[in-house]
Amino acid sequence: MSLDTIWVLAEVGESGPSTLSLELLTEARKIGSSVAAVTWGPNTAEHAVALGEYGAAKVYDVGDVGETLPGVPVAAAIAALVEGGDKPDALLIPASYDGRDVAGRLSVRLDRPVLTNVVGLSDDGGSSQHMLFGGTTAVTARFTGEGPFIYVVRAKSFAAEPGGGATPEVVSAPAPDAGASGATKVTARHVEERSGPKLDEASVIVSGGRGLGSAEKYEMIEELANLLHGAAGASRAIVDAGWVPYARQVGQTGKTVKPNLYIACGISGATQHLVGMKGSKHIVAINKDQDAPIFSVADLGIVGDVHKVVPALIEKLKGS
Amino acid sequence: MNVVVCVKQIPDPAAPGALDPSTNTLDRSGKLILDDSDAYGVEMGLQLAAGDGDEVILVSMAPNGETSGLRTALAMGAARAILVSDDALGGSDALGTAKVLAAAIKRAEPDLVLTATESTDGYTGTIPAQVAEFLGLPSITFAKKIAIDGGAVKVERQTEAGFDEVECPLPAVVSVTAGVVEPRYPSFKGIMAAKSKPVDVLSASDLGVGTDQVGATGARQEITDVSKVEERGGGEIVVDEGDGADRVLAFLQELKVI
Ligand SMILES: Cc1cc2nc3c(=O)[nH]c(=O)nc-3n(C[C@H](O)[C@H](O)[C@H](O)COP(=O)(O)OP(=O)(O)OC[C@H]3O[C@@H](n4cnc5c(N)ncnc54)[C@H](O)[C@@H]3O)c2cc1C
Ligand SMILES: Cc1cc2nc3c(=O)[nH]c(=O)nc-3n(C[C@H](O)[C@H](O)[C@H](O)COP(=O)(O)OP(=O)(O)OC[C@H]3O[C@@H](n4cnc5c(N)ncnc54)[C@H](O)[C@@H]3O)c2cc1C
Repeated sequence: MSLDTIWVLAEVGESGPSTLSLELLTEARKIGSSVAAVTWGPNTAEHAVALGEYGAAKVYDVGDVGETLPGVPVAAAIAALVEGGDKPDALLIPASYDGRDVAGRLSVRLDRPVLTNVVGLSDDGGSSQHMLFGGTTAVTARFTGEGPFIYVVRAKSFAAEPGGGATPEVVSAPAPDAGASGATKVTARHVEERSGPKLDEASVIVSGGRGLGSAEKYEMIEELANLLHGAAGASRAIVDAGWVPYARQVGQTGKTVKPNLYIACGISGATQHLVGMKGSKHIVAINKDQDAPIFSVADLGIVGDVHKVVPALIEKLKGS
Repeated sequence: MNVVVCVKQIPDPAAPGALDPSTNTLDRSGKLILDDSDAYGVEMGLQLAAGDGDEVILVSMAPNGETSGLRTALAMGAARAILVSDDALGGSDALGTAKVLAAAIKRAEPDLVLTATESTDGYTGTIPAQVAEFLGLPSITFAKKIAIDGGAVKVERQTEAGFDEVECPLPAVVSVTAGVVEPRYPSFKGIMAAKSKPVDVLSASDLGVGTDQVGATGARQEITDVSKVEERGGGEIVVDEGDGADRVLAFLQELKVI
């Protein structure tokens, strides 16, 4: 069976569709012949043009889900479409907070399994690629039962490229009442300030780890990132320690990044960190332990003290 | 209040992982330990269910009647455990696992169900929502703070931009991130007490789950190819003799980053 009809769960914020949603639409266009986006929010119609440009010929609009977490209503809306006979061969879902909720809820409603942490898809009927053991092993998997096939895809698996598609038709696909399971309510939203490019869009990333020694020392990571017009990232160790917000975490449970240059400062290079950054084009590592695993992926490794090398580098950049 | 904490018992992540070449599933034949990610849920559960008559009940699905990981969590202070272990469950996917966990959780009649956001070995991250859907309960994933307020649970949920305050009525399923609380170390007394705490061992059929819906057959997915990834070749490693910053600077110039 080939995958003809592909739906993409498109997450749309105030500034438009998320990059990951556009990556998925681009890939859907390559492997399928009929592509639609499923989206929700108070003013979907405004973003239909962008979704069309990246490949959606049709947009299913679940509409405003209000203050409820989207997982339940969006899964219920998709299930209602499928049960009504309008169904895709495959559904591509972003590996995001809400995306995973939708995938989990939908798989139970449709009684369909999910292939998760997908990093590649083939047009041979839907086999998917996955990375295991910190990216040392590649696995190909496929579904053996009936569709719709549900895939949860990691960021940066595909490049987002506009295809010049026309403005798509917008079809209303409201969520049926989900009863008790839909009873979540968001009462407040907090945005943590950040300056400079976004971590997943920056071409230079400077990341810090536990080797910095203390939270205050992260300032030099931010300063170096600023001087290189890049973004500042972090290992999980210092996110868990509360030094920096989770949004900066690179790795298996954080972001996958593929910048032109990644500079790791005081990061050991655990497999869960490596899997999120070893796709970077160039890698520089600064670590005082010459046996640190981070050096195995570095193009340039400096065995040294971050408290000496990084400030010296900052001084030189400021002086140049 | 009864809190169920789902705890996964996994091969020691410090040892290199391997796939069983005959089934292409993770080799789980060795000793299994408590997934670190679940220690946060256990600690959170113990803090939330600290009143008289409150109980933390562990639910786990694992092969070979494995209890080592459960004993660790019991030693932290959980009251008892339900373990589902059955040869028919080998090779289950996340959906099958969620079906089994939901059936076991029902038996404990919890007010709150806690899981980690994703396990260390499989990390599909879909189990929390799948379990909630099987139970017909609301769920709040990615909790970095949890409080109980009367009949409701109030959560700070991690988001891309920061965090949201989210609440829902109990019973509910909440998945917790690492760092939500600092897990306690089991005390010697706790370790001794854990040895005699009840662990109820059940099979899939005890729970009324048909064996065709679980295990490798129920999974309806298969691995068709496994290959080693080309190692990214390491580059030049230099010891900083006071020239470390210059070396980096030269590399930045070479890349035309500056
Ligand atoms: C399920 C799971 C998911 C995970 N997901 C992630 C993830 O998404 N991202 C992630 O990063 N981790 C993740 N981890 C954690 C990961 O296993 C490591 O614990 C973590 O990456 C370690 O962070 P670190 O390198 O900052 O700290 P450490 O491992 O403690 O390393 C600190 C390094 O700093 C060096 N150092 C110390 N002082 C100096 C100095 N003065 N100058 C130079 N170097 C110095 C040391 O030599 C050491 O190599 C995950 C773990 C699990 C179990
Ligand atoms: C490398 C790898 C890739 C895999 N890919 C897929 C895939 O794409 N699709 C798929 O359906 N299956 C997949 N599996 C199988 C899947 O991991 C297992 O079915 C597993 O039993 C449940 O999924 P999880 O651990 O990934 O769940 P997650 O959703 O990551 O787990 C979240 C939390 O649920 C709880 N939990 C999960 N399992 C148990 C348990 N057995 N007992 C108690 N609590 C538990 C824990 O609190 C856990 O932290 C994969 C397995 C491996 C090893």
